[in-house]
Amino acid sequence: MSTPEANGATRVARSNGTPVLEVTELTKHFVVRRGALGWSTGVVRAVDAVSFDIPAGATLGLVGESGCGKTTTSKLILGLEIPTAGSIRFQGRDLSTLDHDGRRAYRRAVQAVFQDPYASLDPRMRVGAIVAEPLVINADLDGAGRRRRVADLLDLVGLPARAASLYPHEFSGGQRQRIAIARALALSPKLVVLDEPVSALDVSIRAQILNLLVELQQRLGVSYLFIAHDLAAVAHMSRAIAVMYLGKIVEIGDADAVALEPKHPYTKALFAAALPIDFDRPREDVTLSGEVPSPLAPPSGCRFHPRCPFAMPHCATDEPALRSESGRLVACHLY
Amino acid sequence: MPVVIDVRELRTHIVTRWGTIKAVDGVSFALAEGETLGLVGESGSGKSMTCLSIVRLVPRPAARIVGGEVRLDGEDLLAKSDAEMQQIRGRKVAMILQDPMSSLNPVFSVGMQMREPLAMYHGLRGSAGTARAAELLAAVRIPSPAARLRAFPHQLSGGMRQRVVGAMAIAGPPRLLIADEPTTSLDLTIQAQYLGLLKELQERHRFAMIFVTHNLGIVARMCDRVAVMYAGRIVEMGPVRRIFTAPAHPYTRALLDSIPRFGARRERLTAIAGQPPDLATLGPGCAFAPRCPAAIERCAQAPGETEIASGHTTRCWLHVHA
Repeated sequence: MSTPEANGATRVARSNGTPVLEVTELTKHFVVRRGALGWSTGVVRAVDAVSFDIPAGATLGLVGESGCGKTTTSKLILGLEIPTAGSIRFQGRDLSTLDHDGRRAYRRAVQAVFQDPYASLDPRMRVGAIVAEPLVINADLDGAGRRRRVADLLDLVGLPARAASLYPHEFSGGQRQRIAIARALALSPKLVVLDEPVSALDVSIRAQILNLLVELQQRLGVSYLFIAHDLAAVAHMSRAIAVMYLGKIVEIGDADAVALEPKHPYTKALFAAALPIDFDRPREDVTLSGEVPSPLAPPSGCRFHPRCPFAMPHCATDEPALRSESGRLVACHLY
Repeated sequence: MPVVIDVRELRTHIVTRWGTIKAVDGVSFALAEGETLGLVGESGSGKSMTCLSIVRLVPRPAARIVGGEVRLDGEDLLAKSDAEMQQIRGRKVAMILQDPMSSLNPVFSVGMQMREPLAMYHGLRGSAGTARAAELLAAVRIPSPAARLRAFPHQLSGGMRQRVVGAMAIAGPPRLLIADEPTTSLDLTIQAQYLGLLKELQERHRFAMIFVTHNLGIVARMCDRVAVMYAGRIVEMGPVRRIFTAPAHPYTRALLDSIPRFGARRERLTAIAGQPPDLATLGPGCAFAPRCPAAIERCAQAPGETEIASGHTTRCWLHVHA
């Protein structure tokens, strides 16, 4: 466990050497423009000074409700959005300092698998071409070399070699997600962003895909940023979990600590709402009133205080910093 | 406790280019007042088609209810005329679907679409209708209900929209509420609020509830009994605690094993092999047999229902002792 840094930016355990990705004070503001003149009418702080590490060869789970900034965070990491402030360091190098070739190498090293395998695969391309597409631009392979690589990748994700000559519609949802995973792995990435990779799949298929992802991580040493609504799946997959609320990380730390003994009232409510099916495990039942406030006008002080059952007067004025508490970091005045 | 809904040997078939699909293949269950049945299973297992068959809203002409009985307070719904059925759907049976936007009309204000059924089924017109609509919104804990009546669906959050649908559902008040994945589109903390609200409304109005979901955590929280569906049949049914702690059917067991659980850190989840069955090419035997780790020769014939404990039934040869 590292100690909190002076500016309040803090990190989780770096148990396995250097992390593959270090995110420091990452911030993304969106300017909202309305009306014919397009004047700025406000700023959405979608991601507000967020810091975390993604461990090498392991998984960071990112959880929170819609609008909390998970997806914006993943887009910043994928390079699909430019940060307003803060830094992302990949294998020790700051992304903003990379030259053209450096950025290309980064984009090869960081890949994504999205929720809906019906939308993320081109229906008019054969599976072989879909999986080979990243190789065409980025790898120095001839046609035969690409075909061999595609066959290897399909085998890796448990699909038969003949799948290469078929079209996506000939596959079930689970098999399509395998194709999307094969494509993401084509360039041997160091980090794969998994944005709800199993929530579109049938319940009986989810375990197959989660098992495949764990197995691939063990074989290839790839890191995952795992974003999902299914908190039990996140706890199963992750070494560390970060909980976001309105653009801020409110709790981050060892996955078991966060999932089994959450400290932040929001984390408690979230994991209580995840409805564990174990009948006999006693759990603090925290049900929240109200809805998530608009990120255009986040509450003062602690952003969670209007919904917090334990709110104190100074929660409305002082914003809590992340502090170390029983093996994880919590941003709450209770601790 | 009086029985509210009694479904016996319900069969609904869908005719497709690839053959006739037995979407609902002999489904039977009964529910008493204030009781909740969880209907679980994967997509295509017949959960939603069972619900649509009860209210006779199966997509015609492709789908047809071909057999069985659906008795609501003793009256057979399958024998009713369409006009009678519409009255029943308006007053006695209510439905809450997954996406509130598919239940609400985007071009009418909340008040307008709430007043329409109130006028049609309860004779409340004008200010009486408006007052009742506001009362219903208050009952589902929507703040400042009178103002919300003027709002359009797109001006409300997902949770609020689903509450509006809930308000319309309890207008009857219904004898039976069918909730088909009502919280799947909601955020977790909003889902918890909504589930609490449904429980509260059920306690007040004593309606029977059929709760369709694939989230077993919701079943554990909301339901008294659970029916597990696979390929159009109920393969196991019983009290929630019993099904979760002593599942009898290999599919139920596999389903429970395949779910990640808090605190039970395992390297691998026990995955269910294979794919969900293609209903168009289903053979006569047990539909789960091709994926079943315990399959035996007899599984080539469909097993009947066996009661293995009081109120706990399953369809599996492993539990048939001749």
